[in-house]
Amino acid sequence: MRKLPLAALTAASVAAALVLTGCATGDQALSGGDAGGSAGDQIIIGSADFSESQLIATIYSLALQDAGVEVKEQFNIGSREVYIAALQDGSIDLIPEYSGALLKHFDAESKASTSEDVVAELEETLPEGIEMFEISEAQDKDILAVTEATAEQYDLTTISDLEPVASELILGGPAEWATRVNGVVGLRDVYGLEFKEFVSLDAGGPLTMTALLNGQIQVADVFSTDPALTANNLVALEDDKSLFAAENVVPVISSAKSSDTVEETLDAVSAALTTEALIEMNGKAAEGESLSDIARDWLDSAGL
Amino acid sequence: MTLFEWLTDPANWTGSRGIPVQVGFHLLYTVISLAIASAIAIPLGIFIGFTGKGEAIVAGSANALRSLPTLGLLILLFLVLAPVIAGQLVFVVPTIIVLVLLAIPPILTGTYTGIQSADEAAVDAARGMGYTRTQILWRVQMPCALPLLISGLRGSTLQVVSTATVAAYLGLQGLGRYIIDGRAQADFAQMAGGALLVALLALALELLFSVLGKVLVSPGLRRTTRRRRTAPTDTATAALTTLTAAR
Repeated sequence: MRKLPLAALTAASVAAALVLTGCATGDQALSGGDAGGSAGDQIIIGSADFSESQLIATIYSLALQDAGVEVKEQFNIGSREVYIAALQDGSIDLIPEYSGALLKHFDAESKASTSEDVVAELEETLPEGIEMFEISEAQDKDILAVTEATAEQYDLTTISDLEPVASELILGGPAEWATRVNGVVGLRDVYGLEFKEFVSLDAGGPLTMTALLNGQIQVADVFSTDPALTANNLVALEDDKSLFAAENVVPVISSAKSSDTVEETLDAVSAALTTEALIEMNGKAAEGESLSDIARDWLDSAGL
Repeated sequence: MTLFEWLTDPANWTGSRGIPVQVGFHLLYTVISLAIASAIAIPLGIFIGFTGKGEAIVAGSANALRSLPTLGLLILLFLVLAPVIAGQLVFVVPTIIVLVLLAIPPILTGTYTGIQSADEAAVDAARGMGYTRTQILWRVQMPCALPLLISGLRGSTLQVVSTATVAAYLGLQGLGRYIIDGRAQADFAQMAGGALLVALLALALELLFSVLGKVLVSPGLRRTTRRRRTAPTDTATAALTTLTAAR
């Protein structure tokens, strides 16, 4: 009796630990056992955990549904480290990607920076079972942004300009940046930047933007298609050593689920999508408009 | 890497992001939040227990606090407070506020029910001996309330220590770092390791509170509790009762 509360608590803690470790294998469990992924012809569309990825995934989803393809949406999965694993084990079949970052994920040493070079290298680097369709001209790069005041104070126009002052500045970005080449690691190795601190917030989301605008962080990882960049007169530092490669939006699909219908549909979407359209749609999303409405409006205006 | 390898890797036990440092930060957030929550909830609980006033309103709203979604509130507070609070404090303040809100209800409830459920015979006896109402409160009702108060504190501590992981969402340190970073970096051994450490920390604090209960609660009171207990009490009192019985 005397030991009971403790014993119960121990049991509860162990159970909790098991549930949490269970998350690690949960992704594989979703796949249903075989590498082929979901059953039948249904295509499971995934997305990363930021709104633009969910928006593009919604566009893919609607376009495919219009083409008569059966889809299932499994959005907001997480960072690339997580969803690429999900794509490889068949938990999801299709996800909108950004070419440069995807290449860096598979080949951290890659030096490709133009759209063409990135695509050429990607074609060779993509592991078996995964393929990509045509890239879109629409791009969304990670950029380092500072406020106008910070840029003037330290005379910053390029990322290299940060070198002498980085030790006084705090960098903010998503948690995965701490270990990414396209993040803290690359900024240190390629540019020699050692920031005073790295604060992990969100991927180009409201936490990062708020912290930058209010001075809690001085340098932020922001997406180049974020309308808040121009709205707040932020300065995008030029990537003079090409750490961040071209980032064309591209659908990446499990080969088992690729078909002519799917390819034609998504190629048509990629051909119509532009960077300006992304910026405009992100603006609407930031104002709270529903992603499916935004996606539907864009598809209609693009005649798809 | 497996969970075991992650936990036994010496690299994870040293440096500014090592396990001892993160446990330290985690405890720091927990202790600060509990201290603030106690400073609010204990006096308020004494007031309610002593006067019997405001029980419905205060206790009701304190319980409503329990249902606030912590993560949602954290982000909302950050977005609202960021323009007001300068510097790094803006990451700390919302975190502490959500943890304090979480910690208040158990402590408050423990305090005022403890005072209200003090043995009436003891209160009557004290009154008969000429104690004033204030003396009764401090010398009879408060010591009687102590087991329930400690039990409330214990409940709060467990909730706060497990929820303090949200601090990492705003870029702060603590054991939540491993859980959030592990997820973002697809390093699930790290994620599970963080979760396990939180559970172990909660267990350690639970042990601490059972010791605290033995040390702080008057032995005479424990005997009284055993003999006179009518209403079902909390685990702390139950544990103490059986402990006394075992002697």
